[in-house]
Amino acid sequence: MEKIAVKVDDLTVAYNYKPVLWDIDLEIPEGVLMAIVGPNGAGKSTLIKAILGILKPIAGSVTIYDKPYEKQRQLVAYVPQKGSVDWDFPTTALDVVKMGTYGSLGWIKRPGQKEKKAALEALEKVGMLAFKSRQISQLSGGQQQRIFLARALVQNASIYFMDEPFQGVDATTEIAIINILKELRKAGKTVIVVHHDLQTVPEYFDWVTFLNVKKIATGPVKDIFNDDNLTKTYGINYKVSIQE
Amino acid sequence: MDIIEYIQLVFTDYTLRTITLGTAVLGAVCGMLGSFAVLRKQSLLGDAISHAALPGIAIAFLITGSKDSNTLLIGALISGLIGTFWIRGIVTKTHLKSDTALGLILSLFFGFGMLLLTFIQKQPDANQAGLDKYLFGQAATLIESDVWMMAIVTGICLVVMLIFWKEFKILLFDADYTKTLGFNTKFIDILITSFIVLAIVLGLQTVGVVLMSAMLLAPAAAARQWTNSLAVMVFLAALFGAFAGVVGTAISASQNNLSTGPVIVLVASVFVVFSFIFSPSRGLLFKQIRFIRNRRDLQLHKTLAFMHHIAETHEDISHPHAIKLLNNFQGYTRSTLQKLVEKGYVKLNGGMWNLTKVGFDTAANLYTKQQTEDE
Repeated sequence: MEKIAVKVDDLTVAYNYKPVLWDIDLEIPEGVLMAIVGPNGAGKSTLIKAILGILKPIAGSVTIYDKPYEKQRQLVAYVPQKGSVDWDFPTTALDVVKMGTYGSLGWIKRPGQKEKKAALEALEKVGMLAFKSRQISQLSGGQQQRIFLARALVQNASIYFMDEPFQGVDATTEIAIINILKELRKAGKTVIVVHHDLQTVPEYFDWVTFLNVKKIATGPVKDIFNDDNLTKTYGINYKVSIQE
Repeated sequence: MDIIEYIQLVFTDYTLRTITLGTAVLGAVCGMLGSFAVLRKQSLLGDAISHAALPGIAIAFLITGSKDSNTLLIGALISGLIGTFWIRGIVTKTHLKSDTALGLILSLFFGFGMLLLTFIQKQPDANQAGLDKYLFGQAATLIESDVWMMAIVTGICLVVMLIFWKEFKILLFDADYTKTLGFNTKFIDILITSFIVLAIVLGLQTVGVVLMSAMLLAPAAAARQWTNSLAVMVFLAALFGAFAGVVGTAISASQNNLSTGPVIVLVASVFVVFSFIFSPSRGLLFKQIRFIRNRRDLQLHKTLAFMHHIAETHEDISHPHAIKLLNNFQGYTRSTLQKLVEKGYVKLNGGMWNLTKVGFDTAANLYTKQQTEDE
């Protein structure tokens, strides 16, 4: 039996009495590359944010490797939607990536040579080393996304949550990012990605969760990524009929 | 009075020295903290806090009957903090946006404060006069102990900022992410906000409720134009703020009857306008210059590309063509041709032109080169 990396129990989130997530139970095995799919407003981002404690759920609990999430934060890295921050903030690409080391540094301690080295390595991994001194507003959307990815890589976590990392990036960046995600999986990490493009699910991911306020299904892509589940999730008669 | 005389006066005259020091320190601390407010998109918060402080001043006077500035400012601090936390409460607990919450609290507290002020003024007590100086501020009432107070708060603020620099920075940039790293974002947030409230309250006596937010925002807005580093921005904002204080005091002291607070604010605003126009990277002037230069470059490229297009069809790339040939093409002017000659891309011979080897190669790589530069 493989290890369970993330376990979510009875997670319920509501804004003003309207449930956004309803009683979600989820077990994510270690080492999978999982997509969370569902229509707009299905609560995909909310699920990630609730798991990470950014949003306060009404009910439910999250455990990471059998311990409460709060005790396991250092095992978890987060890549927010790139639109969630102001890119005109006065700082450089390298500085943003360095922020990934702040968690392990803890309060007050400043990043030093070791942290800088780690940040530079992460920048190299995402192919952005040449842009290390660039002001972040001078970066393209795809480059900003790579910077966010590098920031999470620096954390050297076991589990990665990513909120739409492919949104608004060009084909080159998309391939670069998916290659890094696949590398992470190869290294035994667990990667959870909010994803929009159903066409690429079978190609990119090996695990999938269908979400529409409730959890519709979760499991290996080859077993459950079918018209039946897509129809249940998206409400219309979906016929992607994945061409294999 | 000339400048040297004035500077001598600053060092010898007790009142002038006190006011100059006071406004300089105030400008510095406001500029420093204002940078955080501006970057958090909480520019209006300062305005709301300063207005929210007014009832506190009135109530402190009603309770103690004292006009001692420290007593009144403690009242201001308390009501400023209450206002701030109500704003936070409204934003987190209801669906109202922060601008609505700010506006509500600002007018509610200010209205209540004005009500209390008129009530106090109607009292048959000779002691009541002078509270309204907190509306527009009166730097002339600053005494040495006020300046010490400001200096101490500025010192504490500086130390805290240096200690929690990393935490402040990451919270300002990405609060959600900061939370996932295990930092107590609420604590950092309250720390920053409390210092902003403190700085505002300190400035009430000098600049007043109504104009206080400009002290916070103007130096920060000006500083942002000159740098892309947070540390430099905070430092510059403090410098601009202090400078605005000193210059504003000088102008108001040398021109009789000019109220110091508004003059300081105006000086700070001049910095903002100047920065918006003349900053090298973000300023309007250089943006326009860059725009014109780019357009000229583009025209050059267009001409060169067209020449390349013609020359390409010949075996000998330097085969001469008539300049008239270019007439059909709108992108060429005499000056662009001249520029191309200067660069050694083109040779002119009477009414004929021909591309050089260098010119041909450059033209061939024009667009591919641009692409790699963009990458």
